Amino acid sequence: MINGISINYYLLLSTVLFIIGAVGVMARRNSIIIFMCIELMLNAVNLLLVSFSTLHNDASGQVFVFFIMAVAAAEVAVGLAILSMIYRNVKSIDTDLLSNLKK
Amino acid sequence: MKGLLIISALGIIAMLAEIFKFKKLLLPIVLLGIVAAYAFNFMEWNTSMSISYFDNMIAFDKMGIAFSGIILATAFFWFILANDYFEEDSNTVDHFALVLFALVGALMLTSFKNMTTLFLGIEIMSIPLYVLAASKKKDLKSNEAGFKYLIMGSFASAFLLFGIALVYGATGSFDIMQIRTYVSANSQSLPLFFNVGIVMLLVAMCFKVSAAPFHFWAPDVYEGSPTLITALMSTVVKTAAFAAFLRLFMVGFAGVSEMWTGVLAVVVALSLVIANFSAAMQNSVKRMLAFSSISHAAFMLMIILANVRSNLSVNALIYYSLAYSFGSIAAFGIVYNVTRNGNQNTDAFNGLAKRNPTMAFCMAVAMLSLAGIPITSGFFAKYFVFTAMITTPYKWLLILAVITSAVGAYYYLKVIIAMYFKTQVAETETIQVEKSQTLVIVLTTLVTLVIGIVPGLVANMFKV
Repeated sequence: MINGISINYYLLLSTVLFIIGAVGVMARRNSIIIFMCIELMLNAVNLLLVSFSTLHNDASGQVFVFFIMAVAAAEVAVGLAILSMIYRNVKSIDTDLLSNLKK
Repeated sequence: MKGLLIISALGIIAMLAEIFKFKKLLLPIVLLGIVAAYAFNFMEWNTSMSISYFDNMIAFDKMGIAFSGIILATAFFWFILANDYFEEDSNTVDHFALVLFALVGALMLTSFKNMTTLFLGIEIMSIPLYVLAASKKKDLKSNEAGFKYLIMGSFASAFLLFGIALVYGATGSFDIMQIRTYVSANSQSLPLFFNVGIVMLLVAMCFKVSAAPFHFWAPDVYEGSPTLITALMSTVVKTAAFAAFLRLFMVGFAGVSEMWTGVLAVVVALSLVIANFSAAMQNSVKRMLAFSSISHAAFMLMIILANVRSNLSVNALIYYSLAYSFGSIAAFGIVYNVTRNGNQNTDAFNGLAKRNPTMAFCMAVAMLSLAGIPITSGFFAKYFVFTAMITTPYKWLLILAVITSAVGAYYYLKVIIAMYFKTQVAETETIQVEKSQTLVIVLTTLVTLVIGIVPGLVANMFKV
């Protein structure tokens, strides 16, 4: 129980957020939206870690969140750089155009 | 630990090389640094059982040191091989730095003791590789490879993190030893989401080692990336990912093995079938090697699945990684030289025995080793897997493995037949290979043969 709310609700909320993100990554075609969906998945994890951290009265879960935030920033920086490189070559960020490698 | 610090320092030195204008000296410095790291790594072998650092975040025990040794040795050969990959581009030093930082991540993965270092190791290893995969800026295929690798890598990381969060929620700790103790003490009262967490960790690790059905990114990424980066991915990265996989599941979750061995058995079976049959249908050699690396992943996963007396499985995995890494370095070195004119199909190898007999012989040995034919190390690698598996209830996987290995022999032999029995149609010029590259290819081939003839050199390291 955290402030009178059962941990199950936190678990449910972050699972729902995570699934929305995962479905988004698989279904959407716009690269920027895909990045946003990955961020959503990571933030669902952050939410879960923070609530478990409060539940266990243990700060290490919250410290882990900082690591996730830093790494996510690095990942998105690299991702946007690759994306801008692709945009220069094909003038689009639609993932359907990225099928030059044989299936 | 000193090895890890040296490689990190080398990465920073590489970034300074542009400013202080010692670009030409960088390769010798890096090679020396790796040798020094290897030496320090080796010296820690005899000190004590395990020295832990940073509040037990990372600890170099014998298993970690052995895997670090394989990674550093592979990296050493890779850097000599990649000599001219670094020369053809204007951003040389950045590439050096990226590869070195990826190595830092790989070394962290061999010896993590905490979920934090597992996550950081995977990310430190992967993020430079996303950039390297996309490093041919004008080549759309390379861009696509980098992008796909990035999306799939971050997607897998998200699963890994969700798994970590659930396991943390159930056990209240990130430390794998504490998780192990907690799990064995409270095995009856673990919440349901602990199982979900373990399965998500398993899925994420299968993504990282590219086991079916989570392998679909691998052929595209392997084909699109520059050949030498593909070589790095299928040796160093694979070894590190498997070292992490073994440690996480053998140390952390051994007590609840009934939760994940069933899932893992399905993954192994799927990988064996899908990888070998798809590889047999490929024309591109790089794609063929990508599928072959998936089938090797299946064999290494069998070792984790067997989960027998820990020394036996650690031995088997170390021997397998060594045999596979060195065989792949030789194979990719030759593929890099043969496919330089842009033709990546098997027919690029036609008549190689006449055009460059040394390369043809080394390629033949590498292919035989990957196929697991006796006197090469690949045979004993598979033999150790089979001896580990025979004591488990999953004996049906062995039968499947033998059948699919027969299919595997077909596509490896296809390359050998092309080299020795087919004549080249268009041109008959010999293939020039740089002296340093020839040296690496011949040396790695020799290692493949020597540890195949005397497997005891490596296989008895953990005879405790």
